[in-house]
Amino acid sequence: MQKYSVFSLIKNAFSDHQNWEVAWKDPTPKKEYDVIIIGGGGHGLATAYYLAKEHNITNVAIIEKGWIGGGNVGRNTTIIRSNYMHDENGLFSEFGMDLWRKMSQDLNYNVMFSPRGIINLAHSDAQMNAYSRRGNSMRLNGIDAVLLNREEVQKLIPMADFSDNVRFPIFGGLMQPSAGTARHDAVAWGYARQADSMGVDIIQNCEVTGFDVSNGKILGVRTSKGDIKAKKVGLCVAGSTNILAEMLNMTLPIETHLLQACVSEPIKPLLDHVVTFGAGHFYCSQSDKGEMVMGGDLDGYNSYSQRGNLPTLQHVLTEGIAMFPFLSKLKMLRTWGGIMDMSMDGSPIIDKTHINGLYLNCGWCYGGFKATPASGWTFAHTIAQDRVHDLNAGYSLNRFSTGNLIDEKGLGTKTWIS
Amino acid sequence: MLYINCPHCGLRSQNEFAYGGDATVKRPELNKEISDQEWDNFVYLRKSPRGKHLELWHHVSGCRQWIKVERDTSTHEIFKTYKANEAIE
Repeated sequence: MQKYSVFSLIKNAFSDHQNWEVAWKDPTPKKEYDVIIIGGGGHGLATAYYLAKEHNITNVAIIEKGWIGGGNVGRNTTIIRSNYMHDENGLFSEFGMDLWRKMSQDLNYNVMFSPRGIINLAHSDAQMNAYSRRGNSMRLNGIDAVLLNREEVQKLIPMADFSDNVRFPIFGGLMQPSAGTARHDAVAWGYARQADSMGVDIIQNCEVTGFDVSNGKILGVRTSKGDIKAKKVGLCVAGSTNILAEMLNMTLPIETHLLQACVSEPIKPLLDHVVTFGAGHFYCSQSDKGEMVMGGDLDGYNSYSQRGNLPTLQHVLTEGIAMFPFLSKLKMLRTWGGIMDMSMDGSPIIDKTHINGLYLNCGWCYGGFKATPASGWTFAHTIAQDRVHDLNAGYSLNRFSTGNLIDEKGLGTKTWIS
Repeated sequence: MLYINCPHCGLRSQNEFAYGGDATVKRPELNKEISDQEWDNFVYLRKSPRGKHLELWHHVSGCRQWIKVERDTSTHEIFKTYKANEAIE
């Protein structure tokens, strides 16, 4: 594989950039693979990469219905954080933070990881108490957390509404300084390029139409490009999990919901951090191009449409303007939607299934992007070793029937509210 | 914007409604001995189909009645709405 560097850039400039190697090939599927990963998004590509790198399993195919990186890894708001209270989520995400910090070097691909810090605003004494508890839990797990008072928040984000007589005054906030953002497409492409170079077949425009299961063991998958045999199959299909589960006669603790995001027209550098509104559901950061990147609530009803509806967008932006009044002066550049695999406790599932050789990676709700490296790493371990790693032991499929839920927000099973 | 035909009030915009989830989920009968698996099915497991979905909506800013709506989850087309106690064929 051609290494990307300033020297290769200069060298290729002499040939008008016409002679770059393709970043990944377009192979026809083989008859059989050791492992098939369904879903060429961030998690699927990362899983294939770590299967090859950490476990030396390179006879792997990624099967993608559309094009790689066209789902939620290309539709998120690029936020990376590990500010969780529960041990399972905190330790898993913090392990991921370490992978994020090394990712550009590891993949020889600039993912533009920018640890700019995330600030969760608090709007009441009770919320300050809750954040103080959450911050302490984070610090016990080795995650950086700083409790900020009103004045400290004002120094960092003076453009927020600090005026008198507001409905939700800012009391302070909880900050994770090491959190940040990354260029989402680069994450998918970086993993794809490295996985491809180690022998993984990335098969695009290939839809899974069924599974070959016999005596409780997976034998292969049926696809629009023919039947492919496999010793092991991993599902990494986010919002489409229930569609594949139905083919396997499985019912999962997951509902698929629609989440929108949007960006404003680009403006000069203004906001250094990722900021979340504490009295509703709204978050905002500024991209390197200058756009304000914003997101918030789910559209609120089961949906596979990948297209948002205006009432929700209006609701979310109303909250945005309550937090940052200057947003009302900006024009909207683009809005889009993605479909989320909302689990019943808000936490993901990375586990084996009752079918031998079939592995499940789903339930990311809307926290999938930041989890990309840790999810790929632990899922690769689970598939390669046929057992879960300590990091994803809590993310079991049977935790719902055994009562070992990881309900970070305590919202219960109304997934469209969480 | 979704427009939902409330069987009590007529066609109204989605702003007047709150979503209530899958309407086919049935709570196990009272005072009946049930297994953990049955309880799990009721509380946590969802089909979440792509296509026709029978779901509950609450006309919270209208007549305050719960209704059932048959809606397509990929196109958002609404086929039919029912009163909460209406039999569905």
